[in-house]
Amino acid sequence: MSETLLEVRELRKHFPVRRGLLARTVGAVRAVDGVSFSIAKGETLGLVGESGSGKTTTGRCVLRLVEPSHGEIRFDGADLRALDSESMRRMRRHMQIVFQDPYGSLNPRMRVETLIGEPLEIHEPSMKKVERRVRVASLMERVGLSPDQMRRFPHEFSGGQRQRIGIARALATSPKFLVLDEPVSALDVSVQAQVINLLQDLQRDLGLTYLFIAHDLAVVEHISQRVVVMYLGKIMEEASRDEIYARPQHPYTKSLLSAVPVPEPGAKRSRIQLKGDIPSPAAPPPGCVFQTRCPIAQERCRVEEPLLVDAGEGHRVACHFPG
Amino acid sequence: MTDSVSTTRGARAGEDATAPVLELRGLRVGFDTDDGRITAVDGVSFAIGNGEALALVGESGCGKSVTALSILRLLPRSARISGGEVRYRGRDLLALDEHAMRAYRGDRIAMIFQEPMTSLNPVMTIGDQVGEPLRIHRDASRAEARKRAVELLDIVQIPDARSRVDDYPHQLSGGMRQRAMIAMALACSPELLIADEPTTALDVTIQAGILELLASLRKSLGLSILLITHNLGIVAEFCERAVVMYTGRIVEDARVDTLFREPKHPYTRGLLASLPRLSSGARRLSTIPGVVPDLRKLPTGCTFNPRCPELMPICPSAVPALMPAGGGSRARCFLYGDATETERGA
Repeated sequence: MSETLLEVRELRKHFPVRRGLLARTVGAVRAVDGVSFSIAKGETLGLVGESGSGKTTTGRCVLRLVEPSHGEIRFDGADLRALDSESMRRMRRHMQIVFQDPYGSLNPRMRVETLIGEPLEIHEPSMKKVERRVRVASLMERVGLSPDQMRRFPHEFSGGQRQRIGIARALATSPKFLVLDEPVSALDVSVQAQVINLLQDLQRDLGLTYLFIAHDLAVVEHISQRVVVMYLGKIMEEASRDEIYARPQHPYTKSLLSAVPVPEPGAKRSRIQLKGDIPSPAAPPPGCVFQTRCPIAQERCRVEEPLLVDAGEGHRVACHFPG
Repeated sequence: MTDSVSTTRGARAGEDATAPVLELRGLRVGFDTDDGRITAVDGVSFAIGNGEALALVGESGCGKSVTALSILRLLPRSARISGGEVRYRGRDLLALDEHAMRAYRGDRIAMIFQEPMTSLNPVMTIGDQVGEPLRIHRDASRAEARKRAVELLDIVQIPDARSRVDDYPHQLSGGMRQRAMIAMALACSPELLIADEPTTALDVTIQAGILELLASLRKSLGLSILLITHNLGIVAEFCERAVVMYTGRIVEDARVDTLFREPKHPYTRGLLASLPRLSSGARRLSTIPGVVPDLRKLPTGCTFNPRCPELMPICPSAVPALMPAGGGSRARCFLYGDATETERGA
């Protein structure tokens, strides 16, 4: 394994639930509950999960856009949670984020030039305006936009082009690491493929490291070298891409994979139908968080939480009865 | 399956029981925008047989949802149906007055939408909403409607229907809300269910349950389903036939197995090739160059021509007709003949 760029240990984010006149804390939403993983330089780690799994909060905690309640985040050797706000601000140029919604995440009143150039204004205030413009033009070309559209506003672009603007903005400070939070979920199929290819080209050419967060398993499989599956704030399974898709060990991963509709009519498949709904992260079930929906749950699962254990070659599974 | 309130299967006045459940002929829908009139649906024709599931597929702006809303005449004010027919069992719904139309909407033809939270009334109980179509269309009493609502919630497999009937939408999960909406759609035993992206807002494990439910209802109730979706995986699993739309026109109409095995239109081929697939091994996705054009600035001739890998000299100058393309498929492409269509707006 090559050098580790990001290491997350025992990450927790509990959002307090307040009630009543005095807004007393009556409980906590355990959005992320003890998550550990690491990403090697140049690698893409796919983070998969359904609503409420904590995948988005995990991505934001890693960048300290949301302050974690507990845990350690090591980025390029630095302990991020030990940094003061000024040092953290300086660190941010190396770690950026691309959001899902290319409509909501770009200020509609800013021209593309300002949108893409803004991170440079913040992180390289000494840069001259003309230099910045040259840099914006080259970023636009890099992501497949025409620099002569620099004076336009976001609404003049299609969804796919807007996502390219978001990517160019994230790349402005030449980061080493990108959190990609559902970057293609809002896009049409034909455009989605273009953006996925672009992200792969950028990674290869710029040596970027990605945390790719998505709910679409086919997209994650396509882009990731390793995959982490989350459910209710916890990691259920982690393995290399080939391993997790060929030999899933956790019943949740298996049902997730079997639930994806495949574009092959008449394809033989045995769907593992999960019962019920995802429980509220404010009141996770005791024992294994997946036990209320698990097709193979037994008494032990209701009382004892399974640990995430390595079954060999970095294939980690949190299940009493894997396989 | 029990049925406490009488249903009205069979032909009504003006209908022909031997005609298809639904047949669209040359449907055209325009929108008034600040930049003038645009044609969102341009000459769409297809038919759905008894118990058939037809997919209407395409990317944003292709006109699939506008087509669906036109069938029930639920279009926004800025839209106008400027031509064509929508025939239910042979009867043209577009020729009916609003009062007569109400006997079809929510009764013979029901519709479910993508977002159950915004489609359900937040201040009415689930039971009142599921029973409402019966109160309106069947003159059911409160008690009858409630009794039937419990049965319907049972049919859509909402656990503990007897107590859930008094819940409000916010007390249900997304998947359960979509089930409640399906129950409401089934209240009057419709022959046709229009499902507009019914699982797009749901997680994949919940989606699987809803699709399974729809498939079993189709079988047990003999429902015909018009499924509007952008998800080709769902098309492959759920439907027998698919109509692919691009910029308001049908570009391909085929049996689903043929569509996936032998897509005829270059757009359909491009779409299928650009899908990331589980365990495909391919490390680079094939793409369709460019973007879907703006309906206000459509390319001349075949609207797909600027993106098409099979571009021929004729393509920018004439609109191809929907032509037989082999294997029972029809495609709007000059690869399959030289028949042309009159230009848009003509």
